[in-house]
This record gives sequence, C-alpha cells and structure tokens, in this order.
Amino acid sequence: MTAIDRSVSAAALGSDEIAYVRAAPAAFVPPPPMIIGIRGWIRARLFGSVTSGVLTILIAVLLVWVVPRLVEFLLIDAVWSGADREACLPSPTQPEVGACWAFIHERLAYLIYGSYPIAERWRVDLFFAMLAFGTAWLLWLEAPRRDVGAAYFFAVLPIASFLLLHGFAPLGLEPIDTALWGGAMVTVVVAAVGIVVSLPIGIVLALGRRSQMPAVRLLSVLFIEFVRGVPLITVLFMASVMLPLFLPDTWSPDKLMRALVGVALFSSAYMAEVVRAGLQSIPKGQYEAAHALGLGYWQALRLVILPQALKVTIPNIVNTFIALFKDTTLVFFVGIFDFLKTIEAAGADPKWATPVTSATGYVFAAMVYFVCCYAMSGYARRIEARLSAGEKR
Amino acid sequence: MSTGGGASADAGANGFAVEIMGLHKWFGELHVLDDINLRVARGERIVICGPSGSGKSTLLRCINRIEEFQRGDIVVDGLALTNDPKRIDAVRREVGMVFQQFNLFPHLTVLENCTLAPIHVRGIAKDRAEHTAMQFLNKVKIPEQAKKYPNQLSGGQQQRVAIARALCMSPKLMMFDEPTSALDPEMVKEVLDTMFELAEDGMTMLVVTHEMTFARQVANRIVFMDAGQILEINVPGQFFAAPQHERTKLFLSQILK
Repeated sequence: MTAIDRSVSAAALGSDEIAYVRAAPAAFVPPPPMIIGIRGWIRARLFGSVTSGVLTILIAVLLVWVVPRLVEFLLIDAVWSGADREACLPSPTQPEVGACWAFIHERLAYLIYGSYPIAERWRVDLFFAMLAFGTAWLLWLEAPRRDVGAAYFFAVLPIASFLLLHGFAPLGLEPIDTALWGGAMVTVVVAAVGIVVSLPIGIVLALGRRSQMPAVRLLSVLFIEFVRGVPLITVLFMASVMLPLFLPDTWSPDKLMRALVGVALFSSAYMAEVVRAGLQSIPKGQYEAAHALGLGYWQALRLVILPQALKVTIPNIVNTFIALFKDTTLVFFVGIFDFLKTIEAAGADPKWATPVTSATGYVFAAMVYFVCCYAMSGYARRIEARLSAGEKR
Repeated sequence: MSTGGGASADAGANGFAVEIMGLHKWFGELHVLDDINLRVARGERIVICGPSGSGKSTLLRCINRIEEFQRGDIVVDGLALTNDPKRIDAVRREVGMVFQQFNLFPHLTVLENCTLAPIHVRGIAKDRAEHTAMQFLNKVKIPEQAKKYPNQLSGGQQQRVAIARALCMSPKLMMFDEPTSALDPEMVKEVLDTMFELAEDGMTMLVVTHEMTFARQVANRIVFMDAGQILEINVPGQFFAAPQHERTKLFLSQILK
C-alpha cells in the first residue's frame, strides 16, 4: 500500500478553508418575492407551464359559461313560495321560471318521512338525534369513553332504533308498517344499518381471511370474493327474491328487511377488505410484543392490533361509507321508497306538474347527497392529514 | 415434544431459570437451530453473540414461544413449554422481552404501555398497576415522560420504556434481543446503563448483543453461536483472552478491532 497524500494545496485554498469554525450563526435571509405572495402563487400554480396556462384559461371559460346559468336557474329565476303548480308556471309576469323551491318546501316533510304517520314522526326525529349523537361520539377521536360510544353505536342504537321506528307495544309505541316508511329516513336507516352491521362483520371476515385455519380462511375468501364479484343491484334482487326461500314461511321478512340484509352483506364484504388492509399495515413486532407480554390472541387483537388498525383505516372506512350512502339509492329497484324515490314520486304529483318540477327535485337530491358526501370526505381528509402528520412511526 | 409433570417439578427444584435440551428448529428446509443445549441458572446473566443469521434471536424467540420449534424441550422456571396455549401464556408471563425495534404500542401512552399487560394479563387493579409502573419508570429514569406517546420519545427513551414495560410484569427472566442495535450511538449508553443496573439487582438475563464491553463486564457466561449451533460457552475472561473454537477466534478478531 502506498501512503495517501493528505496535504492540501494551501496556496490554492487560502488558510481558513483548510480548517474552519463558524464564529457567529448565519443571518436569516427572506425568500425572493418570486415564490411568495399572490403573484408568486398565480405564477407557480396557474401559469407554471404552457399546458397549465392553457388549462387555466379553458377552465375559466367553462366556469364563465356555466356558473351564471346555474345561478340564474337556482336563485334569480327561482320560485321561493307558492301553494301549487300555478306558482311555478311561466306567466306574463315571470316569463322565465327557474327552480321551483316552493315545491320542495311544500313536500319537505314527505321527502324526509315518506308516509310515516304524522303523529308518530317525533319517533323519526328522535332516531335522527340518537344517530347523530352516536356518530359524533365515534368520529370525535378525543371524545371521552369512546369504548362506551362504540358499544352505544353498535349495540344500543340498533336495538333502540328498531323498537322506536318499527314500534314496540309494551312501551306504547304502536307498530308502523315499513311500507309506510320513506324518504330521507329510509336512506339514513339503510346507510346506518349498512355501516353498523358491516364493520363488525367486516372485521370478523378480515380476521378470517388472515386466519391460520384453512376452513375459516376459505369461507371468508369465498364470501368476500363472491359478494364483491356481484353488483349491489344483483345482491339486492337476490336478497329480496331468494331470502324468503331460505327462511320459514312464518318469518317472511318484509321488503325493507330484505333490502337491509342485502346492503349489509354487500358492505360487509367491502369493509372486510378495507379492514384487512389496516391489519396488514400493523408491523409484526406489535403482535410479538403483545404476545411476549402474555396477552392472548383476542386480547392482543382487542387491545393492541385493532385500535391501531382501525384508526389508520378510518379514512377508508369513511370512503366506503360514502360509496354505500350513494348506493342506497338502488334499493328503490326492490320497491323501497328511499329519498330519491320520494322525490320522483313527489314530482309526479299532478298538483305540482310543471316543466321545472322534476329538474328542481333532482337538483335538490344532488345537493343533499353532495353535502352529506362532501362532509364525510372532508372528515376523512382531515383524519388522513392528521394521521400522516402526527402519528408517523 | 416430551413434557411430563415430573420433569418440570425437577427443573423447578434444581433452580434453573431456563433449561434448553436438544432444541432443533427449521424454517422450511433451513436448519436454523441445531441441537441447542443450554441451562441458565437463576440470577445468571448470559450474553449470546455470534455473526448475523447464526440463530441467536431465534433462540430467544423460542424461549417465549414467539417462534415454534420442532424438536427438543424448553423448561422455563419449571414450566415445560408445550403447544398448549395456556401453558405458552403462562411461560410468557414469566419472561420479559425487549426487542431491537422497541415495539412499544404507539396508540398508548408510556404509562398505558406499562400497565396494559399487568391489568389485562395479571388482573391487577389499575391504580396499583400505575403505581408499579411509575416505580419502574423511575428506575429507568423517565418518570416525567409517563403521559407522552412513544413516538414523542427518543430511541433511547423508547427502549428504556420497553424495559420498564417488561419489568412491570415482574418477570423471572429478562431477554434482550439486540437492544441497542437500532439506536443512535449517543443513546446506546443510557440503555446499557439501565441494563447494568438490572444486572446489579440480580435479574436473570439473556442478552443477544454485539456490545462486547457489556458482555465483558456483566455476563457470567458468554455463548457463541454460528450457523444455528452453540460453538462455545465460556466465562468472559476466558472467552476474550483465550477463545477455544476457531470460529470464535475469527469472530472476535473481526469485532474487537
């Protein structure tokens, strides 16, 4: 080995570059104006390149074309009050008629409760309040006693809601046939049953799919893949046509119950895959540490694995729920009057027969679905941001 | 695996913390543990070293049955390991384990990490478990971090919490699987100091580590493993001054430069 030449040419470098110690901290220098402020933002985000500049202009043109018409229809030409179709017909005083909000206003109760007896509608309101309370408890991650909240949401709420909405003679709640249920309450019931049932079953299926036992795994895989391989509408038809064949005649579940079973099966299969992804994201070391401390399989699952897996899965669970919430509209194919169907039915009423009635109804439906789904996805986004920012391992 | 109440009764009487007899383990075709025989007396401190892939960690993980083994017997504190889940849990209760990657539970605070198993496995009341946990957090010198979450702590602090968490179960035996390998150099010492103290208290310890200074100062015996076999067992003085096996000599010449 030859010796390495470590000498530095002092002549070329200057003496303080060979050995250097900073005597005072470097001064703070503000960023150049090009990258900050509104002009910096516009330059970077809207006109960063030729392509993005062209897209910016095209989108601006599109907005200029669409937005005024929308505002005109929804607000300026809209009819806000009136007792029947007369208010929303074109007349010499109002040649252009926009959205007929008077129609929505007059039929609002029907859109919410369907044909649920008017005297008993407080029961639906109470159900909404109980559901909102449970949902808030679950979604608010810092809420106290979330375990109690979960028990309330997944055990107490379903039973209480059933007794409340369907009726329970000993408490003086007269039974109300589900054929009378309709509107937003049905949509909410279907979606809520979907989520309340699908999460526990989904967890069990996800665990089954990861099980060491071949029979359990096979059954889970078969169920998940079969249900996921079939459109919801098919599952709904199967549930409403085939379910009665499997059950004794005396049981004969009613139409809504059949649809609920279909939705629950369908969402369980999707939830299982979402939960499985969460389980897979938990490092093996977590299982090992739990077992090394003497925790058994179920204890490790309940105390260590699931709390972490479900937390990272919240955004995906909410996304699944958004999809489910919109899919509930399909129950109308098996004869259930959900929110969308009541809007259609109300629009067909001769009392409100105008050229704008059904357009108004669908715009209203779109707005309601959008607000609900956007709220959910906003929540999912916030949780996601928090998980990726604060809980990095 | 042969078990029998007689064998375990004997083992309990003669004071061994761990007895490993004729242990074999395969990963598929790979023979990862090959005829391991080792008896650890109560209060004894054993350091296991050897090149990576030699089966050191796997051996530790067999003792609390995080890994299955195919042949041989392991008796921990008089309890023979069988396939009975109840027996496995009983053994795990007596064996504390500290991992290379800490494996703290990130969704629980430091204090909750320490009380989880005492409450749910030992059935100890919450306030008593917390009291004990605070004592051990004091012992590892981080009582002020009790309310924080693991990822708010440095690696060295996390590993000390992991030690406290294991101690909270009052184990008869503590196993360390390369406890300082994942740490920044500046934090190795604080973890080793904690382990020194534990040794001074008379804890039975099985330590897989590359920290030869620790081995020299703390171990009663050093076990050298390679290719799934124990090649040499010796007291530290002999082990470093006059290693017997050729492979040991080679290993020490590589590691002690």
